Amino acid sequence: MYDVAIIGAGITGCSIAYELGKYNVKAVVIEKENDVSVGTTKANSAIIHGGYDPKPGTLMAKYNIQGNKYTKELCKKLDVPFKQIGALVVAFSEEEKKTLEELLERGKENGVPDLEIWDQKKLREEEPNISDEAVAALSSPNVGIVSPWEFALAMAEVSVENGVEFKLNTEVKGISKENDVFKIETNNGVIEAGYVCNAAGVYADKVNEMCNEKTFEITPNKGEYYLMDKSQGTLVNHVIFQCPNEKGKGVLVSPTVHGNLIVGPDSQPSAANDVSTTREGLDFVRTKAVKSVPGINFRESIRNFAGVRARTKMHDFQIYEDKKNKGFINVGGMESPGLSSACAVARDIVKMLGNSGLSLEEKKNIVDERHIDRFKHLSHEERAKLVEKDPAYGKIICRCETITEGEIVHALHRPIPATSIDAVKRRCNAGMGRCQGGFCGPRVQEIIARELNIPLAEVPQDRLGTNIITGETKDGGAQ
Amino acid sequence: MKYDVIVVGGGPAGLAAAVEANKNGAEKVLVIERDQELGGILNQCIHNGFGLHYFKEELTGPEYAGKFIDMLAETNIEVMLDTMVLDVDENEKCVHAMNKKNGYMKLEAKAIVLNMGCRERTRGAIAIPGDRPAGVFTAGAAQRYVNIEGYMVGKKVLILGSGDIGLIMARRMSLEGAKVVGCVELCPYSNGLNRNIVQCLNDYNIPLYLSHTITDIQGDKRVEKVIVQKVDEKNQPIPGTEMEFDVDTVLLSVGLIPENELTRSAGIEMDPATSGPVVYENMETSAEGIFASGNVVHVHDLVDFVTAESQKAGQSAAEYVKNGETKDQTCIAIKNGDGVNGIVPQKVRPSNVDKKVEVMFRARNVFKDVQIKVKSNGQELASFKREHMAPGEMEKIVIPKAFLDKVENGEITVSVEKVGA
Amino acid sequence: MTELICIVCPKGCHLKVDEENGYKVTGNGCPRGAAYGEKELVNPTRVITSTVKVESKQARRVPVKTAGDIPKSKIYDVMNELNKVTVKAPVQVGDVVIPDVLGLGVDIVACKKVAE
Repeated sequence: MYDVAIIGAGITGCSIAYELGKYNVKAVVIEKENDVSVGTTKANSAIIHGGYDPKPGTLMAKYNIQGNKYTKELCKKLDVPFKQIGALVVAFSEEEKKTLEELLERGKENGVPDLEIWDQKKLREEEPNISDEAVAALSSPNVGIVSPWEFALAMAEVSVENGVEFKLNTEVKGISKENDVFKIETNNGVIEAGYVCNAAGVYADKVNEMCNEKTFEITPNKGEYYLMDKSQGTLVNHVIFQCPNEKGKGVLVSPTVHGNLIVGPDSQPSAANDVSTTREGLDFVRTKAVKSVPGINFRESIRNFAGVRARTKMHDFQIYEDKKNKGFINVGGMESPGLSSACAVARDIVKMLGNSGLSLEEKKNIVDERHIDRFKHLSHEERAKLVEKDPAYGKIICRCETITEGEIVHALHRPIPATSIDAVKRRCNAGMGRCQGGFCGPRVQEIIARELNIPLAEVPQDRLGTNIITGETKDGGAQ
Repeated sequence: MKYDVIVVGGGPAGLAAAVEANKNGAEKVLVIERDQELGGILNQCIHNGFGLHYFKEELTGPEYAGKFIDMLAETNIEVMLDTMVLDVDENEKCVHAMNKKNGYMKLEAKAIVLNMGCRERTRGAIAIPGDRPAGVFTAGAAQRYVNIEGYMVGKKVLILGSGDIGLIMARRMSLEGAKVVGCVELCPYSNGLNRNIVQCLNDYNIPLYLSHTITDIQGDKRVEKVIVQKVDEKNQPIPGTEMEFDVDTVLLSVGLIPENELTRSAGIEMDPATSGPVVYENMETSAEGIFASGNVVHVHDLVDFVTAESQKAGQSAAEYVKNGETKDQTCIAIKNGDGVNGIVPQKVRPSNVDKKVEVMFRARNVFKDVQIKVKSNGQELASFKREHMAPGEMEKIVIPKAFLDKVENGEITVSVEKVGA
Repeated sequence: MTELICIVCPKGCHLKVDEENGYKVTGNGCPRGAAYGEKELVNPTRVITSTVKVESKQARRVPVKTAGDIPKSKIYDVMNELNKVTVKAPVQVGDVVIPDVLGLGVDIVACKKVAE
């Protein structure tokens, strides 16, 4: 019997787990996939937004502002790649300049610091590769870029060290309540808990309706992206947004915290599990992106992907305790700025749990920091020292990203161990480079098999069942 | 301790460069190889067809590499295996390298030869839309699994791209019991050698779909279905031409790119046309005393030519160790003209040319009955007849030194023209 | 008249073989092309390259080839024979893995050195 069950191990669920780990609370995170952060959290723009966009008075506005500050603090403490590079919303016409003024006012009302409008001259100086058609920009220096999956992982790992349990490969099938205890039916048996936090992302409405009346509906909305080689990573210095208009938010162009360039997204209604890219979607993204930055070389693309946003009609976060079902807290509709807001939301969720009767006694000796050895960022001297300490750091496995065997082995033995090639990638970036795992994938596969003591053929690429090898040669398969 | 020559990479290029540098008087030569054995990509190219030019016999990849590994074993050339070069320092003329045994090393050299080879273009590079299931491999990655590790990567296979590795893998997968349902090529012509179309596709009744491409990959966990469409002259898919293939595997053979991370970070001048470093007639890069050869400079079709080019680089490195830098740096630039792409060398110093200079490049298109013209300032210096040219086949012309002396404005252009033009 | 692409070397000459005139070959760049042109119509053969299992700490497979041409029709029969053998390291280049495979008069030989 758990005090709290958190459904979903995305950025929202992991944030709540991290905050709950600070208290003497028996908590469990239930995740249907084989790793944390593999839904919307791993496929988005990876931006910590400034807070000038949400409508004043909304939960989005409130938590975006709080989350922007708290995220920076956490990323530093938990050794998560983060850079505060600032954002520019670019106007291409006099009319769009008016939009900038509106955003500026809205931002001020929301409490965004240091907003200013740049004229074309200033914009050109700061962004030499911006389109000649760009006439002005709103600068929001508090905007940051982050590695979203590493952020979620960091919080999850620290929470595990503080006693939170993670049940992966566990899908919630139904929820009932008996004598004030939630009985969560899963493919791995029934899990009992006094409180439930529904952080199920694009499935949050379905989970809510397992034991409550329908109060919100998720209409999943897919966005497609290009990820470009590091050769394009320095084309722009800020997150470059286009002015939002009636057709949508426009396409952004931004450096990533890993040194690449991300370009996207478009916006199309989709199924909750549809992360396929389309020719139309990618064409749209390309056409829109070159409007801002004409010099992007799309031959330098290294990956395309799509992510699904947990959109609601209300267009605001759905964060509340169910009126009739005490102890059931929804954290739904976490579309953008969900990533920017999650950590701040989590602090309030803990308060809500307390208000609902959960005893919140602070733990004494909690873990609240994390350090990862990232070989490629070390100096020559530090590298030499690390290899001396552990020779596994002397062998480069991923050539594109300079990732060592030591880092991969470490990723396989962390509090939430990687069990797939992509899970290793999310933890230490092996396979994230321009060859996309062509060289290192099979080597990583071998290391996983060795360290986890499983047959090579059973190492998945990503989710369970995404196996790479179909058999052996010389087994008589020849016709 | 200082090496005369450090060779970065122990594939066919590095082996030939090292042996030749040693032969030409470089006493202390070191080959640094990141894999656990020498030979590079040849180790997984178990098919035959290598060595006809150099050894005058038809060898498999491992046999070709083996001959050079044996040659190297008879010299005092040092080899470091399982060792990664992290940085090449142009100013200090040293390489930072690392392995499990020796840890982090800074190794100094009088000359350095870059022989890192090339890598494959991936799904992301060509933006194939669709789901992202397991079962999409570059042909070379699949080749390593099948030929070296002994694992099969699929049962029903579609191949995208008619590059040689794709064609070779079509045959290889067929021989090991997989069903290869087709090879899809965007261009109206094949990018592989004709002999491989015959002996890898035709022999196994594998259809080749020219002017087609994959427009969708479907599958939840593993590839389940692939949609192929015919394309128009602008390479845009033609609606209504969709074909469905129920396969569990897609192999990509869609091009190779020289692997120049080290070259770029060393600040060496690059050529966007080849994606390799700009080189002089003796395979020296823009960094004095740093040479490059093989697929790191431009992607070759035949390993025999990689060997020849790398022998030149190895010899030049040895000469550099002996004589220092080229005295007369007067230089002629060789430019890509109409129908020509990826000229190597990009620069020639006539003072370094003995009798002639070999110039390699690729045709931009398929041509019939044309002339390759070498011009300077509009004046024709030389012309070469060709009945057939194709982007898939590297072209080679030889320009005698006498012609170089006629060059006026420090520049010559190589172009393809219709006969009589 | 049959048109063929020569597979003897990577050059890929376009051959014309005149079956009615004693398999006279034109379009060939060398004498080996002429021989190929005739053989391809009369009795097509191929060299087969593959791998066999090896017992070694260094490798799981060793590359092998038919030391000469075998009839095209026997390719899959030879592949089946390769499935049956496991060689023991050390292996040297040229070591005979299967002598006179299927009585075709051609050996299967190793193409790579493998240490124990």
